[in-house]
Amino acid sequence: MKKIQDCKVLGVKNLNDDTYILELTTPETPEIIAAGNFAEIKVDHTPDVFLRRPLSIFDVDYTNKKISFFIKITGKGTALLKEAELEQNINIIYPLGNSFKPEANGNALVIGGGSGIAPLLLLANELKIKKSEITFLLGGRKNTDIHLFKEFEKYGTVLITTEDGSLGEKGRVTDHSIFNSINGFTKIYTCGPNPMMKAVGEIASANDIPCEVSLENMMACGFGACLCCVTETHEGNKCVCTEGPVFNVNDLKW
Amino acid sequence: MVDLKVKVHELEFKNPVTTASGTFGFGEEFEEFIDLNRLGGIFVKGLTLHNREGNPYPRMAETPSGMLNAVGLQNKGIDYFINNIYPRIKEYDTEIIPNVNGSTVEDYIEVTERINEIEDINAIELNISCPNVKEGGMSFGISCPSAIAVTEAVREVYDKTLIVKLSPNVTDICEIAKAVEGAGADSISLINTLLGMAIDPHTRKPILSTLTGGLSGPAVKPVAIRMVWQVYNAVKVPIIGMGGIMNAEDTIEFMLAGSSAIQVGTANFIDPEVSIKIIDGITSYMGKYKIDSVSDLIGAMDVEELY
Repeated sequence: MKKIQDCKVLGVKNLNDDTYILELTTPETPEIIAAGNFAEIKVDHTPDVFLRRPLSIFDVDYTNKKISFFIKITGKGTALLKEAELEQNINIIYPLGNSFKPEANGNALVIGGGSGIAPLLLLANELKIKKSEITFLLGGRKNTDIHLFKEFEKYGTVLITTEDGSLGEKGRVTDHSIFNSINGFTKIYTCGPNPMMKAVGEIASANDIPCEVSLENMMACGFGACLCCVTETHEGNKCVCTEGPVFNVNDLKW
Repeated sequence: MVDLKVKVHELEFKNPVTTASGTFGFGEEFEEFIDLNRLGGIFVKGLTLHNREGNPYPRMAETPSGMLNAVGLQNKGIDYFINNIYPRIKEYDTEIIPNVNGSTVEDYIEVTERINEIEDINAIELNISCPNVKEGGMSFGISCPSAIAVTEAVREVYDKTLIVKLSPNVTDICEIAKAVEGAGADSISLINTLLGMAIDPHTRKPILSTLTGGLSGPAVKPVAIRMVWQVYNAVKVPIIGMGGIMNAEDTIEFMLAGSSAIQVGTANFIDPEVSIKIIDGITSYMGKYKIDSVSDLIGAMDVEELY
């Protein structure tokens, strides 16, 4: 059930200059969140930030009524959210969108690029419950783009690439040596920049490995009314907000 | 108990608050948020004769106090609406008003004829003002001869309330309003979006795939209020006003300028509950100023002191 709620800011945890975790307290027990679901967050009204900001749900704590977001500053809205004050109310609409379909008893390759790691810890938890083995591959431009290494490590092996070679293997995620032998993986899950996901999708398709990608198209509403966030699929344009954000890569015409 | 009922030609709205086509889906998208039965009416997403995929992504750009859209009338066609969507949404206790579009006059006629067969639909909104389609749409609404031609043609095949939605992208809105009134429109709705454009200064590329799109949101409200007032003074048919309405006070403003009813548009994206909040806000306003009937506000701007 989608809810519109005023949530209190519990904290803003800075990971570096442009990346932070926003923690909110929900007024009642949070709705059930699945990895891939997102929320539309209202940024205090300024003329420049007119629409809500769609953000993946990073974590949820049902007992302590907490919900959190992993946010990279990409514009005025995400920059203003970082300045949120403790106890301030932030209005959110959630949970929105579909979710990843974690496979049971599989061998998962989970690939995150930049802020694309936002839904992947929840996914890791779901995969663990379903008794899947997990290998993470995290990519960034430089070492400071790689976040939450220790949290991911709790769920499986963590591999890293950076474009400048400052951490892990040098290059893009698809340059990683793991791709020399990926036939042991039963499913690939990925979230990050579109060019990265396209490249991952091509490798997955070429090796006949099922692959889910989570898109982040611009949207005005987040619940299927504006039809702005569409992506082209083999069955016509589909709304990323309601029929996504997670798609089977073979359904997309990109 | 205040009287919120308003009349637009033969249509009776339980209150003046309706939702604008293209911003409210088919109503169902809002079912989890609000009681749709409380609305005066729902102007559903624009319909065409055949399936339309709309324009390529990106179709939206956020702008100061508003947004540009270039959706381009994505819909599954009139038959899909009649067979698959309408049977569900007809259960709502509110006026369901289809928004009719076409590339040619013949398209408009055919879509209208299909809707005419549905007994419980009491009105259509003829959209001659969509700025985001290559053929038809706004091109019908920016010159008097074509606006008259399409309105007359649809009038001939439609005997219930015919609302014609006007484009603000014209030199003289009153001229077009009088033309469609003369051609048989029972009501005029305005304004559709203002043609606009946005460029990313860093990439030097246009933000919309279509280069131009339609501007909506509070940024357009003063233009809309002005046009409603001008049209109110130029025609006799009732007006349904819209353009950047965010709250009850905006609604009152539109009614004072001459609107008999209003459409809430872009605000639905930011607050899916806004239409209901507006209905409640109008009731409070009427209590505060001791107004018994909301229809007393229509065109009631007080200009006495100015003259």
